[in-house]
Amino acid sequence: MRDVLIPLAVVVGVLAGVFAVAAQLVWLERRLLALWQDRYGPNRVGPFGLLQVVADGIKLLSKEDWTPPFADKGVFVLAPAIAATAALLSFAVVPFAQNIVISDLNIGLLFFLAMSSLGVYGVVLGGWASNNKYGLLGSLRAAGQMISYEVFMGLSLCGVVLMAGSLRLNAVVEAQREMWFFVPQFLGLAVFVIAGLAETRRIPFDLPEAENELVAGYHTEYSSMKFAMFFLGEYLGITLISSMIVTLFFGGWLGPWLPGLVWFLLKIAVCIIGFILIRAALPRLRYDQLMALGWKVLLPLALLNIIVTGGVVLASGSRLSD
Amino acid sequence: MANIFTTLWRVFRHAFRPRVTVQYPEQKFYLPPRWRGRIILSRDPDGEERCVACYLCAVACPVDCIALQATEDEHGRRYPEFFRINFSRCIFCGFCEEACPTYAIQLTPDMEMSEYRRQDMVYEKEDLLIEGTGKYRDYNYYRVAGLAIGGKDKGEAEREQAPVDLRSLLP
Repeated sequence: MRDVLIPLAVVVGVLAGVFAVAAQLVWLERRLLALWQDRYGPNRVGPFGLLQVVADGIKLLSKEDWTPPFADKGVFVLAPAIAATAALLSFAVVPFAQNIVISDLNIGLLFFLAMSSLGVYGVVLGGWASNNKYGLLGSLRAAGQMISYEVFMGLSLCGVVLMAGSLRLNAVVEAQREMWFFVPQFLGLAVFVIAGLAETRRIPFDLPEAENELVAGYHTEYSSMKFAMFFLGEYLGITLISSMIVTLFFGGWLGPWLPGLVWFLLKIAVCIIGFILIRAALPRLRYDQLMALGWKVLLPLALLNIIVTGGVVLASGSRLSD
Repeated sequence: MANIFTTLWRVFRHAFRPRVTVQYPEQKFYLPPRWRGRIILSRDPDGEERCVACYLCAVACPVDCIALQATEDEHGRRYPEFFRINFSRCIFCGFCEEACPTYAIQLTPDMEMSEYRRQDMVYEKEDLLIEGTGKYRDYNYYRVAGLAIGGKDKGEAEREQAPVDLRSLLP
């Protein structure tokens, strides 16, 4: 009985926690953007405006759930579900603390990469099924962006895997007991953060959405809860990329005095605030700049990182045994 | 690359700056005395209505939101029988104030006049008329005008000379 109940509790806890964080991120993002623009942001609904999320949710629920007559109905409904589900599934392998992990797969890192690639289908299919030129342009950009950025997103993590000697995320965390990987894997971190921004379609890389050129990009035709699902997917994505950065480069749940879960959440919070700061400060890239940056700068950097890390690991003759 | 971090740092520093937002319902912002807000009808220093119902405001109004009817009291003073401003039409341009020869109609620094029912936006004379003189404290039209009314004959106004007898040759 115990070995059923505890995993069940973990699953429910992770699901509820992740949903709560993703929803509250809407509030956090608006408050922080306002702070950096010398405004207040939503501060009326509940203490500090914390219940703004509830108000937004009620608003979205009471909106008309409109499916355009020219849309491809099945795919149109499926797309937002894919976007949210793919982001949510990756949390199955994230070690929130030493024991709080839904499934500590021995291919955890691969699973994360696979799921984050699946998330692109939500965007691409959403824009395609809308049968709308802006939607189509948005999903075209999403496809192009993902193909280029997926490549070195995976490659940038090879250094971490080489040093940890395992794809199991808990093993990666354990391998950082002496030194967090952001020191030896600085290049990898830089490339991964940029790829992660592109993966979550956040501001310097939000070309699929691009409000001021493509109306709303891939979710132009979406409304009500389907629209909310896309947003849930985006905020889940931010939380996910932050937790992966923390797990792979900043020692996950490792840290003195406080329990592992607290350390993990603290690190994630700093990471998410960083993401929001980037959104507050940087403008959107042009499409050709995005491609040039990806293929001409970041891909060679990721490869260089693998070669150097591989050489060092080979020379020191440690790890690689797992 | 260094640019990006400079930008990030500059934006981050804004976290410690004072915020420019005025938290409106709790914190009011300053409206200058000449702000063009809610329209009022003022009284002269003696407490009588300043409005002489000349219709100039109604004519000047570009959106035709002023309606009034002139009448006269027993002393020969003109005053509006009713005076109605439809604030759901009013654009607060201030032309009525400029047109008014007696400083009766004035715009005030008040813009909190929302209503739930459209009908409540129509202000009658008793809503418009205030007890004070508004922006022009000492002005009294009938005391400076050469018009004869009950209690004040021709030539009795301030700085007014006695009327000339047109039918006499004597100076």
